[in-house]
Amino acid sequence: MGYDLKMRIWRGDQSGGDLGDYTVEVSEGEVVLDALHRVQATQAGDLAIRWNCKAGKCGSCSAEINGRPRLLCMTRLSDFDETETITVTPMRTFPVIRDLVTDVSFNYEKAKELPYAELPPRDPDGKRRMAQIDVERGQEFRKCIECFLCQDTCHVVRDHEENKPAFAGPRFFLRYAELDMHPLDTHDRRALAQGAAGLGMCNITKCCTEVCPEGIKITDNAIIPMKERVVDRKYDPLVWLGNKIGIRNKDNDGRTEV
Amino acid sequence: MADSTRHPMTGNEMSGSSEGGMERHTYDVVVVGAGGAGLRAAIAAHEAGARTAVVCKSLLGKAHTVMAEGGIAAAMGNRWPEDNWEVHFRDTMRGGKMLNNWRMAQLHAQEAPERVQELEDWGALFDRTDDGLISQRDFGGHKYARLAHVGDRTGLEMIRTLQQRTVQLGIDVFMECTVTDLLKEGDRIAGAIGYWRESGRFITFDAPSVILATGGIGKSFKVTSNSWEYTGDGHALAMRAGAALINMEFVQFHPTGMVWPPSVKGLLVTESVRGDGGILKNSEGKRFMFDYIPEFFKAETADTIEEADRWYDDKKNNRRPPELLPRDEVARAINSEIKAGRGSPHGGIYLDIASRRTPEFIRKRLPSMYHQFKELADVDITAEPMEIGPTCHYVMGGVEVDADTQESAVTGLYAVGECSGGMHGSNRLGGNSLGDLLVFGKRAGEAASAYTASLGDARPAVSEDDVKTAQASALAPFEVEGGENPYTIQHDLQQSMNDLVGIIRTASELEESLREIEVFKDRAKSMVVEGHRQYNPGWHLALDLRNMLIVSECIAKAALARKESRGGHTRDDFPKTDTEVWGKKNLVVTLNAAGDGVDLAEKPLPVMPDELKKYFE
Repeated sequence: MGYDLKMRIWRGDQSGGDLGDYTVEVSEGEVVLDALHRVQATQAGDLAIRWNCKAGKCGSCSAEINGRPRLLCMTRLSDFDETETITVTPMRTFPVIRDLVTDVSFNYEKAKELPYAELPPRDPDGKRRMAQIDVERGQEFRKCIECFLCQDTCHVVRDHEENKPAFAGPRFFLRYAELDMHPLDTHDRRALAQGAAGLGMCNITKCCTEVCPEGIKITDNAIIPMKERVVDRKYDPLVWLGNKIGIRNKDNDGRTEV
Repeated sequence: MADSTRHPMTGNEMSGSSEGGMERHTYDVVVVGAGGAGLRAAIAAHEAGARTAVVCKSLLGKAHTVMAEGGIAAAMGNRWPEDNWEVHFRDTMRGGKMLNNWRMAQLHAQEAPERVQELEDWGALFDRTDDGLISQRDFGGHKYARLAHVGDRTGLEMIRTLQQRTVQLGIDVFMECTVTDLLKEGDRIAGAIGYWRESGRFITFDAPSVILATGGIGKSFKVTSNSWEYTGDGHALAMRAGAALINMEFVQFHPTGMVWPPSVKGLLVTESVRGDGGILKNSEGKRFMFDYIPEFFKAETADTIEEADRWYDDKKNNRRPPELLPRDEVARAINSEIKAGRGSPHGGIYLDIASRRTPEFIRKRLPSMYHQFKELADVDITAEPMEIGPTCHYVMGGVEVDADTQESAVTGLYAVGECSGGMHGSNRLGGNSLGDLLVFGKRAGEAASAYTASLGDARPAVSEDDVKTAQASALAPFEVEGGENPYTIQHDLQQSMNDLVGIIRTASELEESLREIEVFKDRAKSMVVEGHRQYNPGWHLALDLRNMLIVSECIAKAALARKESRGGHTRDDFPKTDTEVWGKKNLVVTLNAAGDGVDLAEKPLPVMPDELKKYFE
């Protein structure tokens, strides 16, 4: 069942690098990460790869395979022709540390800028009550494994270093939407999502949704509804008029702007 | 540090003048490991007022806790009001075949419900009951549906919640940073030393309290559900610092790991598949678990298919299906069926939920399993059975600690989660691990923080000589010429442990394994790594391998000494459980005087007070 796979793997660091050619024996049912591990164990002991669970659950082994952002552990060799050369490069949106490992600290910095869930006191019996149907909206977004492939593919920051300070990216729009749709949360982050996170810079091309290994409908279920919520608050003419003549906006009930 | 800069990954302060040299930090509490236990400990230490750092081998949020699928066992009584801590305590002790540290089992059962509710306060979104409460699901060995869960990705929810809480509190996190040695003054902890994986630069922490939360040892075995990080670091660090390990012979082989394709062999298939109605069948289509009900669990296990099937809807009048016996029993049964030639084409047996539940139900309750089999094996679990077999999953053994504080024999050194020992006895029940992380993570964080505070200014000091020695030792693999590649030694060790110290053990194979480990230790002395210190996986493995070797020796040695079968330790030559002799003692291992091997001793079990004994009469 085994065959010799031709691979081109990017080797290098901040100062530059190049694609190296490798030929490695692979067998049935293997994924790209298996092939890379075999290169590491037999030909290049110092080939840097970031990986953990090898099951598509931790989101560590993000890279670009033939130019497409993917998880190395979830890309099966059987998706390619046996004669095809597979090219593996690091994620382009983040600075390279070494070989296939990139510095993803951008995402950890953005995470620090987010406000967190703020729930009211528990019910008198010490428990909380939420309906299954209400938690499911947030649960879809909490499936995120933080592989940052959506961040990598997003054209707002891919090749646009200058946009990074003002743009949190799809992964964090997901988080804003999750908190905004939390059945018990008391904070209002709509102004923040629009201002500090740069939600308005997204022009919903859905590239993030396409590369999400968890199949989260990032654009349709998180970003667009979040944009609508921001717009409702800020630009809806009826809301504007209501605010002007002093009608209480019930949409703000139970939440405090942060 | 006038010319200080911030580390790009963490924003931590570091000395700009230490390029290629040493970076230094002072904390009250340093937590090694950022899985559930480590993060919960760090949160507790921080909230108790300690300056706290978390040091972890991977990026934040990637620890092995994300792999936990089933749920968190906690007697909240949301589905069965009859459930309470006493029942959970009894289930835990019986699951561990009574070898558990009773006090840990008690604290765990009592405190787990509040620890789960806390996660919800911090933003976790658990699945709900019809009343809107946190839902609880069935699992092996638990009398009532007790596991708080989020589909089959509970671990991800837990780690994300704790991670977000950690960031919210502003706790310093040193990511992709590996601790290689603990530092002491006299018999007390003074700090820890490690290196940044990214740069290879060394980093020293001055801290009177260190909490080990490094997880398990699964990477010493060939077929395992564990990731590369599980190299027994905390176990080995504690031993080298002078602490003892207990129960190391007890290794849990999870009954259901994937067997095909080869690249994912060992990958976990959650017990929830069985909790939600899945059954085990051999190649003859027989539901074979009815043939393997042990005497110990006869009274509470269904002996007909009809009764077992009724149980899912009517727990009061029926007994549990045998598929939901504790993991050690199920793993042994599967092993026997495969050995008897009734296995599946790829050497496993069948786990079938497709013929028992609707596709909608399966996709809703087991989304990750559906995804995992679809993507990696081209198997649609709503239409066909899965092929599964036992996989090395968890080590019950670990650092011997005080039940209330998690402090080891070394002052200032704590251990929590999988790298600590005692809580689970000889076999862990599913769902008790996530609860363990939370309950004892919090306790350790509070105890460590209180201990540091009690010292005032009289803190133990790190010796510069120790720092130099630790650095030299870590760099040794670069000095060797013409030696062997660490990947080869690791591969051979994994094969050897799998073949000789696996599910079923005998004296001759264990003796053989100890001889082989000596050879691996020799080979490791002349290990060589290529390249330089920057993000070099070959070097990282060379350092981890030292830990894997010492831990493997602990397991083999303790397994050879325990002449009975119990929980996660099955001896072909001593198949009976020996309540009178072996049921009353633990095996304790320590590093020998020369520092190159393992000493073994026996120690009586802590005596359970009478008011708890009554649950087992």
